[in-house]
Amino acid sequence: MVAPVRLPPRRADVAAASATSASTAVPRPRRRPSEFEGIDYATMAGCAVSALALSWVVFTRLTEGVGWFGFVLVVYLCFLALYGLVSADRLGRLLAVDRLATVAITSGAVLLAAPLVWLVGYVVLKGLPSLSTDFFREDQGGITPSMPADAGGGSHAIVGSLQQVALSLSLSLPLALATAVFLNETRSRLRRPVRIFVDAMSGLPSIVAGLFIFAVLILPYAEDSDVFGNNGLMASLALGMIMVPTITRTVEVVLRLVPDGLREASLALGASRARTVWSVVLPTARSGITTAVVLGIARAVGETAPLLFTSVGASLFNSNPFNGPQESLPLFVFRNIRNTPLPTQIDRGFTGALVLMLIVLTLFAITRMVGGERKGGRRR
Amino acid sequence: MLADPRISWFDASDGQADGGIDLTDQRADDTLHIGTTTPRIVEDQPTKSDRIFGGTTTTSGLVVLVLLALVGLFLLLRSRDAFDVAGWSFFTRVEWRTDVDPPEIGVLGLVAGTVQVAVIAVLIAIPLAVCAALFITDYASARWRGVLTGLIDLLAAIPSLLYGIWGWLLLSEQLAPLSAFLARHLSWIPFFATGDDPELVQSMFIAGVVVSLMVLPIVASVTREVFAQTPPGEKEAALALGGTRWGMIRMVVLPYGRAGIIGGSMLGLGRALGETIAVTLLLPQLPLLTWQVLESGGATVSGFIATRAGADDFTTSGLMAAGLVLFAGTLATNMAASVIVSRSRSGVGVETV
Repeated sequence: MVAPVRLPPRRADVAAASATSASTAVPRPRRRPSEFEGIDYATMAGCAVSALALSWVVFTRLTEGVGWFGFVLVVYLCFLALYGLVSADRLGRLLAVDRLATVAITSGAVLLAAPLVWLVGYVVLKGLPSLSTDFFREDQGGITPSMPADAGGGSHAIVGSLQQVALSLSLSLPLALATAVFLNETRSRLRRPVRIFVDAMSGLPSIVAGLFIFAVLILPYAEDSDVFGNNGLMASLALGMIMVPTITRTVEVVLRLVPDGLREASLALGASRARTVWSVVLPTARSGITTAVVLGIARAVGETAPLLFTSVGASLFNSNPFNGPQESLPLFVFRNIRNTPLPTQIDRGFTGALVLMLIVLTLFAITRMVGGERKGGRRR
Repeated sequence: MLADPRISWFDASDGQADGGIDLTDQRADDTLHIGTTTPRIVEDQPTKSDRIFGGTTTTSGLVVLVLLALVGLFLLLRSRDAFDVAGWSFFTRVEWRTDVDPPEIGVLGLVAGTVQVAVIAVLIAIPLAVCAALFITDYASARWRGVLTGLIDLLAAIPSLLYGIWGWLLLSEQLAPLSAFLARHLSWIPFFATGDDPELVQSMFIAGVVVSLMVLPIVASVTREVFAQTPPGEKEAALALGGTRWGMIRMVVLPYGRAGIIGGSMLGLGRALGETIAVTLLLPQLPLLTWQVLESGGATVSGFIATRAGADDFTTSGLMAAGLVLFAGTLATNMAASVIVSRSRSGVGVETV
């Protein structure tokens, strides 16, 4: 942030001040745009109240209402208009525009937090009542939709999610690391196209990844072999395709932060490029790589769309990711919530959603603790 | 820059630090010319491990290229059945009917819905994201800057499934009165028109609002990074000339970050086009060509594919064709976006998550 710069007093002002005489020319009042005093707060409060009152009259007395969401929106717009008018009258157009911009920009930042709090609160409220330790121990065997929401559990989904994410990580991490090293530690001419394609791949719709695995492996080979049927491995492959660009790009940023001096020192000591990367660059970037991995896991663990074509989902425990449909948390949530209008079934889905959200939030907290400042931070 | 003072000597002597191995840039050549009449020829003699290293990393870089090419290729191969039956009308037909003979399938209704939802989402997300980014770079204190940057990352980390169930079961009911108001009083605007006694819950407008929350973090993080790179000297100059903070933003920060805003918005558009699971929940997923975004109805390519998972062979082939269209569309959008961001004066080193 740039601190508001206070202008040095003009030479004429200094002269006038040192003479301590009331000069004939009235000194121009110094304008300080960032000044915000009691009267300004009062103006804001007044505008807010009148905006509220105006909207209330219009929407409860004169028309039949817009719902609370629309009401808040209208109050906000009324407030902006009134505040702009009052400020323009009091301070002039220039400062009024500045005040309006400040309000608009600040509310933009508030609006980042509002939906997040609302969403998290909603999932916790709906999911918490039926969450018990049974959820981590039992599967959905013998559970009918109309049974109470805390009957049965989601252990099969949790185990499936863990296995699939672990498998996809073990497949995608080496590729992602090597690609990041390629982009940052070599001088190849192919770096530019590869970087553009990694960017493009990070925007690959996840459902297309699922379709691709379905088209390449499951459709042609499923009849001959269980390994290529609908199972956890296929889901891991699709998830891996989503993880690769995420991890690659985060790792690349981190590698760029490794000081060149360290690389040059290593090369000067006679180490080969490979040795330099392996023993100097990667260890230096270790915390950043951890962050990248955890971000990749967080991205993959919540993906639902590719699983619809690959692991399909099951209601029974299946600990073998290489054979037969396997459940995972997102699929558990999706099917329970979408397939029936029964409240018990929906609540069961919300329990899964709460567990899924807790996993994602935990992973996110880990990246914060390991990585500290995410970008541009000092990383050693 | 260096952590360890013991090795700072190597940093200072820069180009001479490599003994015969070619350095990661060409500075070595320039340094060698100093004080010598006949420059020593520096040969690049990679060791065996260097060759293996180069081979491995290049291969993995190429795997990404090949993988994307394979995605396109296999979707094309698998969609041949659908294209054989539908021909070019696949791109011009709105309906998707496999119960008639020959089947009538077309992607136009899906593409229209996808674009409508994505455009609504991006239109809502851009102003919010730019405001949030400006607040982070130019208004917030250092402490709040960290918190809000983390908040953007957190918004990006929440699975789209959770946004979907929240939007479907909670938000759509809350937004329905607003839709009703718009439909009643602003129906002279074509977008807000509805039929008589309309169903307003599963509409493209509401889907767009929910998807906007999902593209918000990506647009915000790109624009934030671009704004943060505005040269402080120019900002201070604007303030020193007596500008207000908004004047400084309007004259310095926004022009500087314009390419970043455009690129970030296009990245957001690419994300919105491919958004799947939330739209699957939020729309009825029946292809439809309409401007009435407030009314229930509509489908998107990705959502339609998701709802038809596990169908018969011919439908699957049609889904592959639709997937191919989606793949091509998002790929083009994203590549254009990343080229814009990387070409922009301000975009050097811009990263997106």
